[in-house]
Amino acid sequence: MDRTTTEWKLSLNARATILAIMLLVVGLGVWEGLNQSPLLGGGEALSEYEQLLAGADESAKVPPPSEIAVKAWQELSNPFYDAGPNDKGIGIQLGYSLYRVLSGYLLAALVAIPIGFLIGMSPLAYKALNPFIQVLRPISPLAWMPLALFIIRDSEASAIFVIFICSIWPMLLNTAFGVAGVRNDWVNVARTHELSSLQTAFKVILPAAAPTILTGMRISIGIAWLVIVAAEMLVGGTGIGYYVWNEWNNLDLTSVIFSILMIGVVGMLLDMSLAYIARFVTYAE
Amino acid sequence: MSHAFVEVQKAAKRFPGASKEAEPLTVFENISFQLKKGEFVCIIGHSGCGKSTIMNALAGLDQFSEGSMVMENKEISGPGLERGVVFQNYSLLPWLTALENVRFGVRARWKGWSDREVTDHSMKYLEMVGLKEVVDRKPSQLSGGMRQRVSIARAFATKPKLLLLDEPFGALDALTRGVIQDELIKIWSKDQQTVFMITHDVDEAILLADRIFLMTNGPQARIAEAVEIDLPRPRQRASIVKHPHFYKIRNYLVDFLVNRSSELRTQEFDGQGLRYPTPVNPVQLEDAEATTDSPPASPATEPQENLVKFTPKEVRHG
Repeated sequence: MDRTTTEWKLSLNARATILAIMLLVVGLGVWEGLNQSPLLGGGEALSEYEQLLAGADESAKVPPPSEIAVKAWQELSNPFYDAGPNDKGIGIQLGYSLYRVLSGYLLAALVAIPIGFLIGMSPLAYKALNPFIQVLRPISPLAWMPLALFIIRDSEASAIFVIFICSIWPMLLNTAFGVAGVRNDWVNVARTHELSSLQTAFKVILPAAAPTILTGMRISIGIAWLVIVAAEMLVGGTGIGYYVWNEWNNLDLTSVIFSILMIGVVGMLLDMSLAYIARFVTYAE
Repeated sequence: MSHAFVEVQKAAKRFPGASKEAEPLTVFENISFQLKKGEFVCIIGHSGCGKSTIMNALAGLDQFSEGSMVMENKEISGPGLERGVVFQNYSLLPWLTALENVRFGVRARWKGWSDREVTDHSMKYLEMVGLKEVVDRKPSQLSGGMRQRVSIARAFATKPKLLLLDEPFGALDALTRGVIQDELIKIWSKDQQTVFMITHDVDEAILLADRIFLMTNGPQARIAEAVEIDLPRPRQRASIVKHPHFYKIRNYLVDFLVNRSSELRTQEFDGQGLRYPTPVNPVQLEDAEATTDSPPASPATEPQENLVKFTPKEVRHG
């Protein structure tokens, strides 16, 4: 008889899922309960004017989850509508943000990975470039914004530049670190097989450093997604960051909370897709 | 003037001292030896005597501070495909499967071959080491013995003229080691490559080698003697210990490692002439000893002066 296992028939994953759902339900329940203002809890629906008054009488309330769920349903059922500059669907706004993030990010990858390779391979390049990297790296990407706007004279391109400059560093440093850390044995294998430098780079060093490079790319995409919200709040016009700020100006907190949630979900998807790619290049020693 | 297949003359390795005034540390010096084509030579010595440096220099991965190396009348400078290396830690590329690892070597060796030819050739050698069933596994999914087999298959598959084995079985348990030794003998007797191998295992050396180089302890290590192993081939692990000469050779080697390797120091090898290790045949030596009472080591051969072109490989290390 095996009595110990009968109590825990469910797998760890199943138990974790149950716990997560419970936390969600309790959290949302408490939030919902706290927001049932006694004035609004009367039962009958109030007109929009009365609601505004009620809100003005009492201290302002954060909208409860139920309202956000309704909002989310509305927005997500028609994500791509376009009713003028101040009223676009959430899909369009996220699309703009993703476009900026991905173009800035890919440009950064095109620059960072070759330079990182160079720095990793050559101690001379490392020593020569390190001071610049150390000074440029801690600069908040948004601090570049005025300069970018002045030089590029285009808010769209400036936002992309800000993404470029913030996502370049983790990729650059991780590539350099990964390349410099390639085991000497593997380089010796390339040498004893008379591989050219180019062949060594592509057949030995790149696959050996790929997991570290991918880690840098994953950090970068996370930072880029953090920065785009702030950048779009500054440059305005389109994008999820602009959307958040615009809804704040409209005092539509339901939309603000909904878009915050969407930022989180998209950020998670970006990270997951890079984690998925990383699975193909990781290896066990 | 004709040279042996591989000729190493007056090789030395020195590291600069701790301070500028300090004497440089000499790991070994005045190392000269020859390898004949098709010969299997093992080199035995205590840790720190520079065996691996000699091997890496032959592989072209390291450099002597002084001395020259010639293979088939061409100076060895840098690594090359005519010299294959099997490292103690296997040095397989972990992101490639066993087959891809062997293919990596074969592809580098014969660039004009079609994919099919490369695969067929690689498979042939993987089968020879008994890995036909696991060719699609990554090194991390293979045991240590299997990994070393892949490494051996990769080295033999490129058909190098000189095969360098750096303690290939050092990390393996005794049972696995025995099996792979047999495989090594099998594959070697097929191709008759020249093999130069480092080992710490006296029995392994007797089983495999035609000659065993004995190194004195470092610093200032030398190759003191070249012991000839005249046991008949093909040899087998099980039967070789029954050969009447086996224990004579074994005792001689163990005696050297335990007692004489630390006693035989610089004074016995002074003089800067070219000096090859003293050839020794423990069996004849013992027979001779039984009749006459001559000193055990035969008198050192006269310094020879037929030096190959001297090329300092490295002026300062680091």
